[in-house]
Amino acid sequence: MKFAVIVFPGSNCDTDMYHAVKDELGAEVEYVWHDATNLNQFDGILLPGGFSYGDYLRSGAIAQFSNVMTEVVKTANEGKPVLGVCNGFQILLETGLLPGAMRRNESLKFICQPEELVVENTSTIFTTQYEKGEVISVPVAHGEGNYYCDQNTLQQLKANNQIVFTYKNNPNGSVENIAGITNEEGNVLGMMPHPERAVDELLGSKDGLKLFQSIVKSWRERYVAAT
Amino acid sequence: MYKVKVYVTLRESVLDPQGKAVMSSLHKMGQSEVEDVRIGKYLELTLQKGDYDLDEKIVNMCSKLLSNPVIEDYRYEVEEVVAQ
Repeated sequence: MKFAVIVFPGSNCDTDMYHAVKDELGAEVEYVWHDATNLNQFDGILLPGGFSYGDYLRSGAIAQFSNVMTEVVKTANEGKPVLGVCNGFQILLETGLLPGAMRRNESLKFICQPEELVVENTSTIFTTQYEKGEVISVPVAHGEGNYYCDQNTLQQLKANNQIVFTYKNNPNGSVENIAGITNEEGNVLGMMPHPERAVDELLGSKDGLKLFQSIVKSWRERYVAAT
Repeated sequence: MYKVKVYVTLRESVLDPQGKAVMSSLHKMGQSEVEDVRIGKYLELTLQKGDYDLDEKIVNMCSKLLSNPVIEDYRYEVEEVVAQ
């Protein structure tokens, strides 16, 4: 399985993501610049954190019109896994691959600390290696991670089991303590906490590694076992 | 040429923590009459005239990029200007 880490001007967690996949997960991975026009050779897409295009206008807003995002949408529609972390989540929201929007943190402060997350859904391709209700420790680092959606959208998220991670102690004011959601099909995950920063005990936690292992396992079951 | 002035604000239903912080600061200043503060963005676009529907073009730009309809509202004003 081969991953792409998409790099926008202003991405700053791309190296962490690359390291997590290459060294800790042990899968193939390549950096892909934001003006790329073809992602066919990749089996999974990773949108890293940072401040793409300086977060001008709104976080993730400018990125939605980059060449590579047209390809990311295409890849998502093919059913391949797409993971957006932090700014990557914001980009997925602005692009419309995921519902809702991000507001400034309720405290107006940039929050950078480990957070306890509850794994709400273990049937997604991103979470099969976790136990339902498992509490994991994954760091957050954001100023705009206060997830918002209207009541109708929230009902849909619940009805379709799209809420994958919630905060145990909501740090930013997110609706329903939401930390991560998938699209209806379940192959696009956006989350504010950084699983790529929790892949080794040296980093304080390796709870994020199982997320990447889940993706690879699901991919193997779907594509390798079938042949 | 047209000069288009676009105002983007958070929707009424969305809490504005920045506005709240500014309001409490105004109260500390003694401005107790202030009941609400909403913070938004102001954008000025200069457009060439042409064979297009101006309102349609502005609405398209506002709803797809300049504002996020999930949390923001926008309004705009148009002025005709003579190119310098």
